[in-house]
Amino acid sequence: MDVSAPPAGTPASFVSPGMIAPEPAPISTRGPIAWSRAHLFGSPFQIILTLFGLAVIYVVVPPVLRFFIFDAVFTGTGRNACLPEVIGRPVGACWPFIGAKFNQIVYGFYPEAERWRVNLVYLIGVVLLAPLMIQKVPYKRLNALLFFGAYPVAAYVLLTGGNLQLRGFLLSWVGLGPLVTTIGQAIGFSTGFWPDYVISALLVAAIAAAAAPVFAGSRKGAAKTALGAFVILGVVLAAVDINFGLPWVETRVWGGMLVTLVIAVTGIVASLPLGILLALGRRSQMPLVRIASTLFIEFWRGVPLITVLFFATYMLPLFLPGRFTIDGLLRALVGVALFASAYMAEVVRGGLQAIPKGQYEGAQALGLPGGLMMRLVVLPQALKLVIPGIVNNFIGLFKDTTLVLIVSIFDLLGVLRAAFTDPAWATPTTVVTGFGFAGLFYFVFCFGMSRYSMALEKRLDRNRRH
Amino acid sequence: MSADPILAADAAQAPATAVELIGVNKWYGDFHVLRDINLTVKRGERIVVCGPSGSGKSTMIRCINRLEEHQRGKIVVDGIELTNDLKRIDEVRREVGMVFQHFNLFPHLTILENCILAPTWVRKMPRKEAEDLAMHFLAKVKIPEQAGKYPGQLSGGQQQRVAIARALCMRPRIMLFDEPTSALDPEMVKEVLETMVSLAEDGMTMLCVTHEMGFARQVADRVIFMDAGQIIEMNEPNAFFSNPQHERTRLFLSQILH
Ligand SMILES: Nc1ncnc2c1ncn2[C@@H]1O[C@H](COP(=O)(O)OP(=O)(O)OP(=O)(O)O)[C@@H](O)[C@H]1O
Ligand SMILES: [Mg+2]
Repeated sequence: MDVSAPPAGTPASFVSPGMIAPEPAPISTRGPIAWSRAHLFGSPFQIILTLFGLAVIYVVVPPVLRFFIFDAVFTGTGRNACLPEVIGRPVGACWPFIGAKFNQIVYGFYPEAERWRVNLVYLIGVVLLAPLMIQKVPYKRLNALLFFGAYPVAAYVLLTGGNLQLRGFLLSWVGLGPLVTTIGQAIGFSTGFWPDYVISALLVAAIAAAAAPVFAGSRKGAAKTALGAFVILGVVLAAVDINFGLPWVETRVWGGMLVTLVIAVTGIVASLPLGILLALGRRSQMPLVRIASTLFIEFWRGVPLITVLFFATYMLPLFLPGRFTIDGLLRALVGVALFASAYMAEVVRGGLQAIPKGQYEGAQALGLPGGLMMRLVVLPQALKLVIPGIVNNFIGLFKDTTLVLIVSIFDLLGVLRAAFTDPAWATPTTVVTGFGFAGLFYFVFCFGMSRYSMALEKRLDRNRRH
Repeated sequence: MSADPILAADAAQAPATAVELIGVNKWYGDFHVLRDINLTVKRGERIVVCGPSGSGKSTMIRCINRLEEHQRGKIVVDGIELTNDLKRIDEVRREVGMVFQHFNLFPHLTILENCILAPTWVRKMPRKEAEDLAMHFLAKVKIPEQAGKYPGQLSGGQQQRVAIARALCMRPRIMLFDEPTSALDPEMVKEVLETMVSLAEDGMTMLCVTHEMGFARQVADRVIFMDAGQIIEMNEPNAFFSNPQHERTRLFLSQILH
């Protein structure tokens, strides 16, 4: 029996005579026709917009496709392959140019025999980063430790060659230098340095233990913390000190994607933790910490990145005593990282401000000390809220790395521009091809970050009901 | 209803005096919120605090776990005097559970994670043990089946019961409640009050700001009436409701008991 319709003749009732069975939606609200009516041709204004959109697509897409694909030249060994007067047809992009310069684009002027080191760094990076980004893979903690702790050191040693000459800084100054023997020299250890390092470690641990009661800490704990920090730093220093037999490669000859990625990844990886610390500092109860953080943030936000790079490259050496020479790329790296962390700090602070007071009180009432409260309760929520802002900063930073060109560091754009001047590839479309390629490179990375952050947000949002 | 073995054992160990406030004064800027508060809460005692809005009830019980700082007088909780010493403050907070009007659950953690967070990080309890304890108390508040959900997926009454369970997981000796039912729909008030009654039956020392006078009659050993930052009246519930001494109390009760 059909319970949904009253039998003919009975008067219409306001009360449903029985349970109404579900029906499919009317055909006019489903399917492609209904969809386009709702989304493309719903109102006169919508129709105008749709037509305008179609016109834009018509004007932009075919010429772009024609230039980069249909009219493009894909094979050839020199400029003649891409000259319209030689091949007798209009010529679009000159892709053989990219092919010929590909090694330069990827490695800069990194010596050919050593390029495997760069490849190895790329490979380790991908192998460590991929499982870190996929939620299901276990051992996240170990993975993160390897990526953020061990990888930078390994990458540094591989890319530069390691085997730094660490100088002694204590014994040799008080005339005890000759006391230090030469046992370590065979494996490349800086013999002047390590005795000094051990002595300072013990000294600092002793001072920490002595001062601990003043700050209501335990002597043993303070000494342990100090020694632990020295051991970790010592492992890092030892890694860059050991002679692995890798020839030294100056950063001056690095270039292309290598430099772009090194600057971008360092900036990204350093700016988030620094930014978080600065944001916490700016909200600190302690006036000194607050003022220092605020000044730092406002200073770095107030100067243009170009100024920072100029200063780091050309002015800093004038102020430092002659003994200290810091690598040019390293100076740019530090400048970029500090610059980015100031921006990051403000993004994170925005997130911190959105966390209601009740969350702090809930954590405090459970007896969570301040540090744990921040780490376990406040920051996870605050950072989740500002993922779009954080990724926005990452993307901005990724593209801002191109500014290092100004201080003669040859990033991707830098080597491309150098390649443009090669007479063997001088064609009317070389420059456009090069920039098109660079645009694609930056777009792939930035779009990738954007998509990943959206997926991340979605995943972290499962715990919201609304 | 049989008493909870864990809570009963904990209660038996607590010192005879749970909370002591002696001449406590507090100001917000120039505003004198708490004026010469004197109060002694014995172990196992249940105290209900009521009074008009703005009279300082929240401020008083928040001073007991140092969410607010008092400026004069002395507060001793579980034998520990509250000073600026952060270590002592954390020590007190470990022994004092608090339930808020707006639950203050951590929305990014599941119910179970909410419950084991402090035991594992503050009490350094092994995870398995903390989970067992959490499930015990979630069963006590009658929502063990929600352990894997997020706070946002629960009703207000359920969230408040989780908040109670979360506080209990730290095995506190004293529980503070600040209007635990006033943000709830009427039909959820009952389930939360039942939980609190059962807690009282287990011998928990409780200080509770509430306007649920039925609850006060049923479980309170003493009812305190506050006005303008002072304790105006303090009596056992029967006498308090049937024979209020103070004019302000009478007025307040007539408004609230219709
Ligand atoms: N952080 C603050 N700064 C300044 N004044 C405050 C602050 N917190 C509370 N007050 C004031 O102190 C007084 C007491 O507040 P309290 O929250 O203790 O009242 P209450 O008795 O709990 O009231 P209610 O029943 O509305 O919760 C109120 O007048 C309030 O405006
Ligand atoms: Mg209140």
